[in-house]
Amino acid sequence: MAERRNRPPRRGWLLRALTVMVTSLAGAAFAADPEAPAPDAEALKRLVHQDCGSCHGLTLRGGLGPDLRAETLQHYDTEVLTGVILDGIPDTAMPPWRPLMNEAEAEWVARYLLTPEEDR
Amino acid sequence: MTRLALTLAAALLGTTALAEPTATGDLGLVIERATGSVLLVDQSDRAALARIGGLGDLSHASLVYSPDQRFAYVFGRDGGLTKVDIVTREIAGRVVQAGNAIGGAISDDGELVAVSNYEPGGVRVFDADTLELVADIPTGGKTIGLVDAPGRRFVFTVWDSGESWIADFSGPGMRTTRIPGMGKNPYDALITANGRTYITGLFGQDGLTALDLWAETPEPIRVLPGYGRGQQEMPVYKMPHLEGWAHTGAEFVLPAVGHHQVLWVDAATLTETGRTETYGQPVFAMARPDGRHVWVNFAHPLNDTIQVIDSVSKQVIHQFKPGPAVLHMEFTPRGHEVWISVRDAGKVMVYDTQTFEKLREIEADSPSGIFFTARAHRTGL
Repeated sequence: MAERRNRPPRRGWLLRALTVMVTSLAGAAFAADPEAPAPDAEALKRLVHQDCGSCHGLTLRGGLGPDLRAETLQHYDTEVLTGVILDGIPDTAMPPWRPLMNEAEAEWVARYLLTPEEDR
Repeated sequence: MTRLALTLAAALLGTTALAEPTATGDLGLVIERATGSVLLVDQSDRAALARIGGLGDLSHASLVYSPDQRFAYVFGRDGGLTKVDIVTREIAGRVVQAGNAIGGAISDDGELVAVSNYEPGGVRVFDADTLELVADIPTGGKTIGLVDAPGRRFVFTVWDSGESWIADFSGPGMRTTRIPGMGKNPYDALITANGRTYITGLFGQDGLTALDLWAETPEPIRVLPGYGRGQQEMPVYKMPHLEGWAHTGAEFVLPAVGHHQVLWVDAATLTETGRTETYGQPVFAMARPDGRHVWVNFAHPLNDTIQVIDSVSKQVIHQFKPGPAVLHMEFTPRGHEVWISVRDAGKVMVYDTQTFEKLREIEADSPSGIFFTARAHRTGL
């Protein structure tokens, strides 16, 4: 009955949030970095509904994973959500998406999730 | 598309076509997840016949068939249970029975349809004829892995509590049996074709847990309790599905979780007989009906690929890329063809399973699950 091992150790929320904030403040660096093109909004939108939707539902009303509708997420800020997207939540089914997206893309997804459906 | 439009037009013209009896044995339905519709397909003609809409949110939808292969019961994510008449090509009944549902099953006698729900967590059982509520079974958690078992029973498992339930409708009232200790976060389950063994996959710990439904009081049986030990786990971007039972003599094959492998298990002893390294996190590992080959698709972002594994050598013998977002595969009942939904290509692709040659592409709108009516006669499907 081995608990799942080798999960990345839980990093402090504060540290994570700070890290994200620092990188967000350096947002201009993303734009200036030729290696990191601007997030592709259409591709990310598709990813949110189709791939996040695998667990959270195509309409983001929740499934095995929780409800991700904007009204449900309002008490989170962009930085925290960006951190959760990039690093996942240890000991839950939420995986880290860092291997598949960069920080600017994760932040785009976080902002998208926090935007009410009618304003997207 | 022209073909579909013409066929749809013919279907709308209607009554003359319906004067002929409709044989449904080689028909099937394809879930069109984004548009809330199902596409009626003909296996023999490799063609779409009609589109039936108005089924609500069909992301992660599935369906079962009535024993006469006329009605499909479609389980939508939004809690909708829709009864589709594939002879008249119309919705014959619909109830929204919960807020958030995940799948269903039909009893062996075809009289009861059960739906498992995330919200509110539990199972609701309906009269297959009228869709009237027969029983409400709250479980207090997200309920997964609902299957039918012989003797008018349903078996299901709760993600949050790791408890399996057997609901028995063979007598005048319902009788439930609860089996705790199945493991941490069971995410899906299957029942073997003979209805004896129920197996849940676990997300929260290594291995799987089985129940012997022939036992007087079924107890959790650990299967491969240490298969991932000591190996780095990889992120799981889509939970695998358990649906596949390879009769290669006496083994079955299951997708691993957090490892890019499929696992081979001896059906009698439930011990590991091998592992095959795969291209990505397997989602479906499905045996061709004869059991000789196992076809595997993968989670995002490697979901454009299929691998075919020989069940004797356990080696990958064929790999190809049908297109972006391969979501599901369905074999013809005798296994000569496989139909594959390629969501982002907007197509269902039909392949010869001996030569691996593509035989036909059928237009479909974000296709996901493919369900042939032959499922009507199989336990657990």
